[in-house]
Amino acid sequence: MSEKILYTKEHEWVIVKDNIVRVGISDFAQSELGDVVFVDLPEVGDVVEEGEGFAVVESVKAVSDIYAPVGGEIVAVNEELEDSPELINESPLERGWIAEIKVEGVAQTGDLMNQQEYEAFLKGV
Amino acid sequence: MKQTPLTAKHRSLGAKMVDYAGFEMPVQYTGVLEEHLTVRSKVGLFDLSHMGEFELTGPGALATVNSLTTNDASQLAVGEIQYTCLTTEQGGIIDDILVYRTKDGFLLVVNAANTAKDYAWIEKHLLPGTKLADRTGELALIAVQGPKSAPLVEEVLKISLADLKNYTFIETKFKGINILLSRTGYTGEDGFELYFPNALAEQLWDELTAHGEKYGVAPIGLGARDTLRLEMRMPLYGNDVSEEINPLEAGLGRFVKFDKGDFIGREALQRIREQGITRKLVAFTMLEKGIPRQGYSLLDQDGREIGVVTSGTHSPSLNKPIGMGYVEVDNSKPGTIIQVQIRKKPAQGEIIKGRFLS
Repeated sequence: MSEKILYTKEHEWVIVKDNIVRVGISDFAQSELGDVVFVDLPEVGDVVEEGEGFAVVESVKAVSDIYAPVGGEIVAVNEELEDSPELINESPLERGWIAEIKVEGVAQTGDLMNQQEYEAFLKGV
Repeated sequence: MKQTPLTAKHRSLGAKMVDYAGFEMPVQYTGVLEEHLTVRSKVGLFDLSHMGEFELTGPGALATVNSLTTNDASQLAVGEIQYTCLTTEQGGIIDDILVYRTKDGFLLVVNAANTAKDYAWIEKHLLPGTKLADRTGELALIAVQGPKSAPLVEEVLKISLADLKNYTFIETKFKGINILLSRTGYTGEDGFELYFPNALAEQLWDELTAHGEKYGVAPIGLGARDTLRLEMRMPLYGNDVSEEINPLEAGLGRFVKFDKGDFIGREALQRIREQGITRKLVAFTMLEKGIPRQGYSLLDQDGREIGVVTSGTHSPSLNKPIGMGYVEVDNSKPGTIIQVQIRKKPAQGEIIKGRFLS
């Protein structure tokens, strides 16, 4: 049972708590996007497959798909983002979380990077 | 990638640089929203040195300009400027440009992405007694836009702008060197565009920045340039107008002067005017959530496709999504409820009259 933060190559972060996976975008991702002005959230109850685009984050100029790092059922979405999408810029790792996905069994996070690995990955970007 | 005389300046200011029309240009410095609002409430500086400038001189210059463009350049006195279109034989828009009437002839200011294409087109259609010179590489262009632009420019250039009307220009001096100063812009705010030799660029930028501090001046990137023009419903070449679109469809009919004599595209445009256009550029706001983006389909209330979005964004001034696009003429009246196909969901919008910002 870990609560440490892990990252995908698509610049999402996940925090796994038992079989619940909380998802957001990294500080690097929000900085690249610029001012976030709209978040198209999934609905609670939606079932998503790993790798599927399940949310969309839009800045003034860019539209960015957010891909599900794990498959499962959406059990929570950050409704605060509907009125305050800028939380993704201001607090990407905390108040700017996007959704929680409930996985069947144990979340498979072996492919994801820890903080140190992600920082090394960014240097290669 | 080509650079402007201010590229190093933008980098030192921490701008995010992108490739735009082959130039390395600043898309934003601190953020599009903040930069946009700075221009609406204070004053902003834009490096537009990537834009193209051509000089047409000689006894044939007026006839050449009038045969190539839709507006009537013979109406211009020295010091006046007009917005106009270069059109193909079929009436398609090759570019939308500004024409300045100078004492020696004309200065044409064209979109950066079209500089090479326009030059070739104009060169091919020069009438006798006309000389064409491409000044793009020698001239820098800084736009100063916003409610505080006049006091700032007055201070830096040590002149009064009280008598400089919109769409007119004067020649003045900075550090003893001639510069051209016009009251023009692409933001809807009061503003000026300064054309001058490349060598002056850093010095002029620095003085505008230093004197502008008390007015809250900031450098503005191409990101905010796009949202500023879209709020004022100004078309962007490549998005809202192109060679596949004619000026009548784009709502630019007032810049087409059929009675001025012949010009390239006149016959086609006259035929189109008589038969009536089939699609029309409209502006719309959203009644439901979602941001319209270029290429999204526009539908009627029954879900039938009636057109396409050509520009869309989140309006920083209104804090809501706005868009422009082409729809069938029968569905183009202000007040018409349309739908924008945003990913899987159609979202309702409403066609508006006039600009987004009054």
